[in-house]
Amino acid sequence: MSFDVEVTLQRGERRIAVAFTTHARVVSLHGPSGAGKTSVLDMIAGLLRPDSGHIRIAGETLFDAAQGIDLPPERRAVGYVLQDARLFPHRRVRDNLLYGWRLAPPERRWLTLDEVLDLLGIGHLLQRMPATLSGGEAQRVAIGRALLAGPRVLLLDEPLASLDAARREEIMLLLERIRRELSVPVLHVSHDRAEVDRLADQLVEMS
Amino acid sequence: MMAPLGLAEWAIVGLSLKVSLLAIGATLPVAFALAWLLARGRFPGRVLLDALVHLPLVLPPVVTGWLLLLAFGRSGPVGAWLESWFGISLMFRWTGAALAAAVMALPLMVRAIRLSLEQVDRRLEGVARTLGAGPWRAFFTVTLPLSLPGILAATVLGLARSLGEFGATITFVSNIPGETRTLPLAIYTALQAPGGEAMVTRLALISVVLSLAALAISEWLARRAYGGRGSHVL
Repeated sequence: MSFDVEVTLQRGERRIAVAFTTHARVVSLHGPSGAGKTSVLDMIAGLLRPDSGHIRIAGETLFDAAQGIDLPPERRAVGYVLQDARLFPHRRVRDNLLYGWRLAPPERRWLTLDEVLDLLGIGHLLQRMPATLSGGEAQRVAIGRALLAGPRVLLLDEPLASLDAARREEIMLLLERIRRELSVPVLHVSHDRAEVDRLADQLVEMS
Repeated sequence: MMAPLGLAEWAIVGLSLKVSLLAIGATLPVAFALAWLLARGRFPGRVLLDALVHLPLVLPPVVTGWLLLLAFGRSGPVGAWLESWFGISLMFRWTGAALAAAVMALPLMVRAIRLSLEQVDRRLEGVARTLGAGPWRAFFTVTLPLSLPGILAATVLGLARSLGEFGATITFVSNIPGETRTLPLAIYTALQAPGGEAMVTRLALISVVLSLAALAISEWLARRAYGGRGSHVL
């Protein structure tokens, strides 16, 4: 089972509830803006605590309200790519990429820096500061940073939303390549149906 | 013609720097902790703590000095405790002048650090956590470096404020040559003395130079830290 997620969270007036169980490799969470898609990713990453439910990824329980299990984010091994890349602005691309790699136990790293540079085509950016990158470049570095930490799952929050049309296609091809060449399960969030149809093995609707 | 600086002036400058550096060095961690609590903490009494920290900013400095005298004097609660347990007395000592300077600089330093802490993108701390950093590592590798401009600003503001401290100092530790007579107190003393104008001019010039130097150094540090993107400290 790659994903076994069932969580609820009350935020003010709004109630976020989602439940899905699947063997699919690439799962898309689809729904309108404001449906709480990002909150679901935050809960899986451990940045937000659900009111109830459980989160199991690739056989490992990350959260279970009934059993009192709630792993801190640093022990979940969840690669989380946020919507606006969110690179560390005070570190060069190289140090951004290696931030999680350096912290990961060697046996958990399943990619090397060279492999990631080759996969994402960002070798020429290593010495740059994040402020000098384009949106597409920053997004690629953010994906690389998440992969290098040796995650058991990759969470992508609207990976194309902040990009122009040309960059979108570029990142889309890259995501298809990740899907083809890597074996990591991906949970992908989007409000764009076309993007979902291209990527997802399974679709989860949120309203 | 103005005479070059004599031994007396250098001694005054040395004492002022010693007082200010101790005051700011010791206050910086305290100011950071308070700024953190005020920016991030959710606890009862937060408003009260905020008011207490800001009190020296709005109180007449003489009153602050008098309150220090009440607390740290020989018979004051803190003063008596320091005296009996550690044999330390701050009264009429340069360390007392440093305490007065620290208390007066604290609100400015807390404000500067708090502002920059509030600017730090908390999602970045979240990202660091998902990449395997515990809370402390995330703090030291993300939060602290990103709030550096505020810490620099706090240091400069604090140094400037403490070098200029007058009212609380003279009230708390008096005006003792070589012990508590810092630059402003020396200027005041020279103004009172017949024929002290030359001394006043020299000391005032030193004050200007020290303040400008502090500003220049902080600007330089900020530029270095942020790759010439011209982030302004003040």
